[in-house]
Amino acid sequence: MRLLERFTSTSGREGSPWTGLSAVFLKEMADHLTGARMRILEILILVTALGSVYTALNDIVSGGSQEFLYLRLFTTAQEPLPSLVGFLGFLVPLIAIALAFDAVNSEFNRRTLSRILAQPVYRDAFLFGKFLACLATLAVVFSAIWLLVFGIGILRLGVPPTAEETGRALMFLFATIFYAGIWAALALLFSIVFRSPATAALASLAVWLFFTAFWDIVAGLLVPVLGPKQILTIGDMLALGELELALARISPTTLYGEIAVILLQPVVRSLGLVLPIQLDRALLGSPLPLGQSLIMIWPHLTGLVAVTILLFALGYVLFQRQEIRA
Amino acid sequence: MSEFVLEANNLTKRYGNFLAVDHLNLAIREGEVFGLLGPNGAGKTTTILMLLGLTEPTEGQVRVLGFDPARQPLSVKARTGYMPDQVGFYDDLTARENLTYIARLNGIPYREIERRVDAALERVKLTEVAHQRVGTFSRGMRQRLGLADVLIKEPRLIIMDEPTQGLDPELAREFLGLIRGLKEDGITILLSSHLLHQVQAVCDRVGLFNRGRMALQGTVAELARQVLGGAYRIQIQADGPAEKLSDALQRIPQVIQAHHAGANRFEVEARDDLRAEAAEAVVKAGGRLLSLNVEQQSLDEIYARYFEEAKHAAA
Repeated sequence: MRLLERFTSTSGREGSPWTGLSAVFLKEMADHLTGARMRILEILILVTALGSVYTALNDIVSGGSQEFLYLRLFTTAQEPLPSLVGFLGFLVPLIAIALAFDAVNSEFNRRTLSRILAQPVYRDAFLFGKFLACLATLAVVFSAIWLLVFGIGILRLGVPPTAEETGRALMFLFATIFYAGIWAALALLFSIVFRSPATAALASLAVWLFFTAFWDIVAGLLVPVLGPKQILTIGDMLALGELELALARISPTTLYGEIAVILLQPVVRSLGLVLPIQLDRALLGSPLPLGQSLIMIWPHLTGLVAVTILLFALGYVLFQRQEIRA
Repeated sequence: MSEFVLEANNLTKRYGNFLAVDHLNLAIREGEVFGLLGPNGAGKTTTILMLLGLTEPTEGQVRVLGFDPARQPLSVKARTGYMPDQVGFYDDLTARENLTYIARLNGIPYREIERRVDAALERVKLTEVAHQRVGTFSRGMRQRLGLADVLIKEPRLIIMDEPTQGLDPELAREFLGLIRGLKEDGITILLSSHLLHQVQAVCDRVGLFNRGRMALQGTVAELARQVLGGAYRIQIQADGPAEKLSDALQRIPQVIQAHHAGANRFEVEARDDLRAEAAEAVVKAGGRLLSLNVEQQSLDEIYARYFEEAKHAAA
C-alpha cells in the first residue's frame, strides 16, 4: 500500500523534471570552460595532437599509399610517438574522469547542494544538467581537435578531404564523445557514491586502469575456464575465438579500439576469426565502403551509448535516494 | 487556505530504529517569527528538511503555504526560502554570479534578475562587494549573502537553520536586525537556534524541542508560566525580621512563592508585576525597604529548568 502511494505520488509529481535544466547546464558549462583544470587538459591534448599529427604528416609526405590521407593523419604512428588514435584512447578517459569526478561530492562538501536543492528544481535537472555539461564540454574539446587535425591536413597536404573520409572521421568523433561519456558517467557515479573527491577520482582511475591494463590478462585467464574443455572440431576452435573476443569486448577500451580500426582503416574487413570459405571472392586489400564499415561496428557504437546511459541511470537512482543533510 | 502558513501534523521521521522526529505538531501563522529551540540532535534540522520536502517524512502531513511539499515540491520551494545552517557558495564566482545562478534556477525572467539581485544585495549591505569572489568573504558576509540568496525569490516564508551560529555578538545583532526588517515586510519566519537570548529578541513564539518532540510551545511569557510556574521574579533588599517579612510577602495574592535568600535579600515569584504590593507588605511588616527589582524570565532560565526536569523525569 505504501509502495503504491509512493508510486502515485512520484508519477503524479508536479511540473517538469527538466525545470532549471538549462540554468544548471549553462553554469556547469561555464565552470568547465573557464576552470584551470580545463586549461591544463587543453594544453595536454593540444600538444599530443600536434605532435602525433606532425609525425604522421612527415610520414605521409615522404610517400606511401595516396588513399585516405586524412584518416592516416589519425592512425599513423612513428617511433617514439604513438598515433593520434592511440593517444586519444589513453587521454579521453583521463579527461572525462577529470571533468566529472567531483561533480556531486564537491557540491556536497561546499554545502551548496542543500541550497541548490531548496530551489524549485528537481534533482533530475541538477544531475542531468551536470552530465550534459560534461558531455558538451568533451564534445567541444574533441571537435576542436578534430577540426585542428583537418585544418593542418588541408594546409600541409594540399588536397581536400573526400566525403568518405569526412564521414568516417565524423563517425569516429561521435564514437570518441560517447567513449568519453562512459568514463564521465562512471566518474559521476563515483562522485555520488563517495563523499571525498579524491576517493572518487582514485576509484574511477582504478576502473580505467583495470580495463586498460589488466582486463586482457583477466580475459585470458577466463577463456580456459569458460570455454570448451576439449578442442576437437573447428566448431570448438571458433567458439573459443568468439568467447575470447566477447570477453575482451566487455572492456570499453577494446570497443573503442575496434571502432577506431574499422572506421579509420577502411581496408580492415573483419575483427574476429575469418574462415577461408568466407574469403571466397573477396577483394583482399581493397577498402570497404563506409556503409559496410558502419554495419561492422554498429553493435560497438550502440554498446558505448548504452553503457553510458546505464551508468548515468545507476548514478541517477543513487542520487535520488541520497540523504542530502550534512 | 487556512490561517496558518505552515502546518505539520504528526510529523515523524525514523532512521532505522532511531526516532529523529516523533509525532510533531506545529502551526505557524502568517507574519509570525517562530523560534525552534533545542539541543543539538533534537531533530530540528530533520524537521526543517521535512517541511521543505528535502527529506521524506516517515509519517504525518505537512502543509506549507497550502501546498504539500512531498507532492508539490516546486510550488513550495518557489515560495519558501531556506537558509541551511552552514550556507555554502561557489567560491570562484562573485556574489552577484552566485545570486544570479539562484535566480535562474527559480526561473525568474532575465530582465527581472538584475533588479532582484541588486535589491537583495542592497538589503544585506553587500552592494560594494558584489563583484568580489565569494572565496574572499568573511563569515558574516557569507551569512548575509545567504540571506540575500533567500530573498532573491521574494519568499513568503523563510526557514533558517541556526542563522547566527558562528557570528560574533556584533554581527549576530546586526543579523537579527535584518530578520526584524523582514518581519516588518510581513514575511513569516521559522528559525532554529540554540542561542536563546537571540531567539528571545526576535521571536513572537518559540517551540521547545526535545528528543524529536515538541515539548512546549508558546510565547516566552507563556513558557515561563508553564515551566517556572511564574513569569515574574521580584528581588527585594530589606532590613528587618526575616521570617516576618517573608511571611508577609507570601501572603500577597498571586504570589507563588516567597523566600529569604540570605542576608537582607528576599525573592518573590509572582504571576504579575507585584512590585508595589511587595513594597507595601515589607513596610507594613516593619521592614526597611532598600531596593526592589523585577526581572523578567529569560528564555535561558526556562530552557535550563525544562531540560533539568526532563532529565530528572527520564532518570
